[in-house]
Amino acid sequence: MQRKFRMAAMSAAVVSALALAGCTAATTEPAAGGCEPSDGPVNLTYAAWWPGADEVVALWNEQNPDVQVEFQTGPSGNAGTYQNFFNQIAAGNAPDLGQIEYDALPNFRVQDGLENIAACGDILAAGDQFVDWTWSQTTFGEADAVYAIPQDSGPVAMYYRADLFEAAGIPVPTTWDEYAAAAAQIKALGSFITNFPKTDVNWFAGMVWQNGGQWFTNNGADWSVDLTSAKSLEVADYWQGLLDRQEVSTLASFSDEWNASFNTGQQWTWISAVWGAGTIRSGAPDTSGKWAVALMPQWKAGDNAAGNWGGSSTAVLKGSKHPYEAAQFALWLNTDPDALALANELGGLYPASKDGANLPVFKAEQEFYGGQKIYDVFAEASAQVIPDFVWGPTMTQTYTDVSDGFGAVIGGTGTLADALATGTEKTIAALTALSIPVAE
Amino acid sequence: MSVTSLNRASTGRGSQREPILSRAAAMLIMGVFTLYFLIPIWWLLVSSTKTQGQFTTTPPLIFTAEAIPTFFSNLGGLFTYNDNVFLKWILNSILYAGAGALIGTLIAAMCGYALAKYGFRGREAVFNVVLSGVLVPATALALPLFLIFSQVGLTNTFWAVFLPSIVSPFGVYLARIYAASSVPDELLEAARLDGSSEVRTFFTVATRLMAPALVTIFLFQFVAIWNNFFLPLIMLRDPSLFPVTLGLYSWNSSIGQNPELRSFVVIGAFVSIVPLIIAFLSLQRFWSGGLAAGSIK
Repeated sequence: MQRKFRMAAMSAAVVSALALAGCTAATTEPAAGGCEPSDGPVNLTYAAWWPGADEVVALWNEQNPDVQVEFQTGPSGNAGTYQNFFNQIAAGNAPDLGQIEYDALPNFRVQDGLENIAACGDILAAGDQFVDWTWSQTTFGEADAVYAIPQDSGPVAMYYRADLFEAAGIPVPTTWDEYAAAAAQIKALGSFITNFPKTDVNWFAGMVWQNGGQWFTNNGADWSVDLTSAKSLEVADYWQGLLDRQEVSTLASFSDEWNASFNTGQQWTWISAVWGAGTIRSGAPDTSGKWAVALMPQWKAGDNAAGNWGGSSTAVLKGSKHPYEAAQFALWLNTDPDALALANELGGLYPASKDGANLPVFKAEQEFYGGQKIYDVFAEASAQVIPDFVWGPTMTQTYTDVSDGFGAVIGGTGTLADALATGTEKTIAALTALSIPVAE
Repeated sequence: MSVTSLNRASTGRGSQREPILSRAAAMLIMGVFTLYFLIPIWWLLVSSTKTQGQFTTTPPLIFTAEAIPTFFSNLGGLFTYNDNVFLKWILNSILYAGAGALIGTLIAAMCGYALAKYGFRGREAVFNVVLSGVLVPATALALPLFLIFSQVGLTNTFWAVFLPSIVSPFGVYLARIYAASSVPDELLEAARLDGSSEVRTFFTVATRLMAPALVTIFLFQFVAIWNNFFLPLIMLRDPSLFPVTLGLYSWNSSIGQNPELRSFVVIGAFVSIVPLIIAFLSLQRFWSGGLAAGSIK
């Protein structure tokens, strides 16, 4: 036993000496802007939680003997991995690359957790290969800056029960007004047009996004927070109306009850992202062949705007000793046809790469959706996503506070607009507490 | 006469009725609590015998007709998913908790014994410092530990979880109390006169007398390490080092993306409590003895 301890202590001492040596080496490296390939073989670490990431990494390792990537994993970002990244960045032992969702990128940016990889080879020029809005999420609109490579996206469309709409003789809604009218008719038939997800505040943000609204703006120095702009309130009042008339259910999203209500035909539509296709398929197996997908209802007839819900990027975290190789891996991961095909097969990712959307897998007819080529719809939606939506630096907190307010609305207290107003106040307080400058 | 007999009869009946009533009340309360604690486990057992689709379509607390084959196919799926990673996690947990509790118990026993049986300057101060360790939750120490382990380059290694697990302030406390009351000074004196070294006396005499307390400390520590979640969450990134708690948590956090994991999380949670149940049932009689001894003082 004692020997064991001594060995551990000794190895600890040796390793700490190595770590110190590593630190001094890092400080003598050229400053940001110079991003050169390393000499000799390179070992990288990549931490992610999307399913199948390990196998895609294995594919890279096979093809690149000189740049070997070690895959690491953990719970999803908000469930702990983001906090771990911040701890590791502070301790100087973060992985070279990490999966970061778009709505968490600003948090890492304001805390200086990301490497600018714009100068790492042809990264800056790679922007053309990605859907516009995803690229602006990873550059923050800064010149000569790229902080992450877009990975997947969640363009939103409307899943609907084609059979039920047809049997009831209700036209499939193309505007939000028609959607509300259909909601009333469906309620009269004893079902719901959809479920209002009180905890999915990022879904609600996607609805505001479609309406051209903004919750955050950043003029380069200060942040502005306004969850109650006219566009945002229009969305809030709309859903408040559906809630007041009890035309939407209020089940907990992704719960067993929620799945069951889809499976039993209680839900006629779901306004959701491209990845939702798999969610319905596994949660409501009895409804196979009865669903179809259409573009989102519009605020004004004839418009063509879409929102987005979810999606991740691959970022090079601060302190990486091999940003050049890390950036090349990130670019390969999110543009190589084989990598994208595998990521879709194993993880259901819908690529942010423009060419990725043309993979054979996205051209297939979907049996569950009555033989429709649903990814054609999502490709159209993806192109309609408004490009300049901005996430705040403390989205986890914003989500929690707004979600508390939404929960109170479901419980009969206040309105969605009140919840957004409270969310604005609390977000400003949180930013101030973090010494992030807020414009008055 | 008749009055007194009546009185006697009524008081007699009353005094008989009261114990029955209070006993019934006690039984009722215990029964309610037993149900309260067992229903979730029952739900877990029943749910682990269901397919994904049956979660929503069948009653939650009743077995389905094909429960047994489904249970085994779930079990097979759980253990083979992602290159047997779940088996790896269970073995990791057994190693962290088993070895950690064993060494932790030994250290706590030595420390408690020394504090109880040797007079030295600063003894009470040392004991008070150890006691204050009981008051600091392990969760609060996880982040400082991470930063310290980062300094010596031990994060994301076996040692990152193992080393903090072998420390048990509560074990030291219990060992000291128990050693003071159950190891007579006369016996140690006799051992010394017979020429036994202090170390030998500790291992051959003291540990036997302290056995019930040691089992208690072992169980406490085993359960604490088995259920430890926050420390591995912060320390580990390599899935082959995860204990079962962290593994199940990371599966559960990605159910939205990967719905097939839902049934694996359920049956995995069930499998993960089996070792705890075995440990408790097999060490139960020592456990209760040790607890009572600790509570006297």
